[in-house]
Amino acid sequence: MSALADDTAGPGLPKAPTGIGGLDEITGGGLPNGRSTLVTGGTGSGKTLLGLQFLVAGAREYGEPGVLVTFEESAEKVSANVASLGFDLDGLQQDGLLVVYAFRVDPSAVLETGEFDLEPLFLLLGDTIEHVGAKRVVLDTIELLFGAFQSQAIVRAELGRLFRWLEDRAVTAIVTSERGDTGLTSHGIEEYVSDCVIVLDHRIDDQISTRRLRVVKYRGSAHETNEYPFLISARGFMVLPITSVALDYRAPQERISTGVTRLDHMLAGGLFRGSTVLVSGTAGTGKTTLAAHLIDSACARGERTLLVLFEESPDQVIRNMRSVGLDLRRWVEAGLLRIWAARPTAFGLETHLAILARLIEEFTPSAAVLDGIAGLAHGSSGAEVSSMIARQIDLLKARGITAMATTLAREDEASTVGISSLVDTWLLLRNVESDGERNRLLYVLKSRGSAHSNQVREFVLTDHGAELLDVYVGPAGVVTGSARVAQEARERSAELQQSEDLMRRSRELRRGIMEQEAQLAVLQDELAAGRAELERIEERGRRQVADAEATRSVIASHRWADPTPGDEGRQR
Amino acid sequence: MTGPHAAEPGAEAPVLPEIWELRLYVIGRSPKCARAIENLQAACEQHLAGRYHIEVVDLRESPRLAADDQILAVPTLVRKLPPPIRKIVGDLSNTDRLLVGLQLRPRRGEAT
Repeated sequence: MSALADDTAGPGLPKAPTGIGGLDEITGGGLPNGRSTLVTGGTGSGKTLLGLQFLVAGAREYGEPGVLVTFEESAEKVSANVASLGFDLDGLQQDGLLVVYAFRVDPSAVLETGEFDLEPLFLLLGDTIEHVGAKRVVLDTIELLFGAFQSQAIVRAELGRLFRWLEDRAVTAIVTSERGDTGLTSHGIEEYVSDCVIVLDHRIDDQISTRRLRVVKYRGSAHETNEYPFLISARGFMVLPITSVALDYRAPQERISTGVTRLDHMLAGGLFRGSTVLVSGTAGTGKTTLAAHLIDSACARGERTLLVLFEESPDQVIRNMRSVGLDLRRWVEAGLLRIWAARPTAFGLETHLAILARLIEEFTPSAAVLDGIAGLAHGSSGAEVSSMIARQIDLLKARGITAMATTLAREDEASTVGISSLVDTWLLLRNVESDGERNRLLYVLKSRGSAHSNQVREFVLTDHGAELLDVYVGPAGVVTGSARVAQEARERSAELQQSEDLMRRSRELRRGIMEQEAQLAVLQDELAAGRAELERIEERGRRQVADAEATRSVIASHRWADPTPGDEGRQR
Repeated sequence: MTGPHAAEPGAEAPVLPEIWELRLYVIGRSPKCARAIENLQAACEQHLAGRYHIEVVDLRESPRLAADDQILAVPTLVRKLPPPIRKIVGDLSNTDRLLVGLQLRPRRGEAT
């Protein structure tokens, strides 16, 4: 049980879960157990289905067999009507989990005289409670029972008795009733069934029908009192308790790619998983392409992705994206991408929401793209659309689904301010007109909890996807498109010029060095030659001295000359 | 009945069957049910003496019969024969209405 249920369920008030997605959340666990609930609404509002789903869920999931007493149709017809919703009433009856009593009431074939009571109904129910162990009873619809008799006072009194009788047997009952013109019901049954009253509504605004449910009264239990959209789909009754979604989303730190590398850089590494991105921009700024990149990268990681189109058909988008090099069809075929084209005018806002909720539940995507949410605004007031988009975002956030919503916006940024506070990251795409061209610019207006680039980038659609390019800021503002290309060319030529200058300078220097080295070599040669000459001269000198001494000593010995004092030792 | 039909006596046979088959659904012996049985017997004795058969069915013995025979209220009187089947709900305290219900007496304003 969720935290919500714990908060709202009064102590000691047991609930009988209806098995209807959303309704159990609103009521904090289900209908009052062992008591009677009045379900009232107009023709075709889904009363019978609600009752049946309550019985089927009881029989299948909660081990509580049930009884259906219908005054509307034959038992066979009831079975046939709900077989398409996957309710196998015949099977449940064979298994002894469900009993259907159908009464055809035809007031014209019945005459009344004197007092009577509805004891056969008590007897039948009592018998079923005893033998089948029925814990749930549905009476559908009470007006037809009234129509069968003239003495309305007797029927009313008998019904009052029936509800008390059921309560004594701890049977949880649903009584369906046609909504009256003045009160909740035509016969004032709400006075007897006062524990829980649920009103179903099937409204048509601007030719768009919307089903809504409201718990008007729930004695002894807190409950959500808002109107909730509900859906009757191939899987039965489903209520969307959107406003009960609390602001307690998980906030993962993991970053995932937007599919555009440079955009990831601008967002300091990509989007936080489970965050919500709003892409707003004027017509033809590439919003859908940006979304397609997100889809492509999510699918490439093997993550299931849901694409909801409010303005185009799936084929159209697949074709358009192929022209920018993104093949979405392969992801559809691989079962990773589900595309739902929702014409905004086909259903009411709530129904859109309901279908989205169902898709999310069925497909469990990890990323979702809502393309063209501004389209929802057709025929609805701005406040309604904002609230609706807020609910859609809540729905996605609560399930940790990374979401990207694209919307058409005028140049003024304030036009989407109604939902901008709900999104984590807001990318703005703009067309700028200059030099006779329109070029696209991308800004990151905000990115919660994350550093992000404050720079504008030019957003270019190529045949291999979207690319982000630097823009040049010149005296006349940002430079884009051809002007950017020209600027790039100018810069390239300037660079070229500069590098040529350097080459020349280095060549000159190298030549100078070579010359000096050559001079150095000559000088070293001369130096070496000089040294060699010096050596030779000195050697010759030494040899002459030695020769002279030798000659002198020969002469001396010849003359018997006195030894010189220095030669004494040598002489001895 | 006068006129051409008088010439063919066999033509009147199906209009008034020999036996009226009546079934009265009750539950136990509640005052209402007891009154209904009394009132029915009295009316039959008076208007269908010797030509009626009353079967009293107590639903308590077979509750599911209520669903099978489409009986929502008790007491309920069902005229099984002659056809068509007619249902009269209540304790039959108003004999006039009972007779009208059984089509033993034409509605007010019609010739006898």
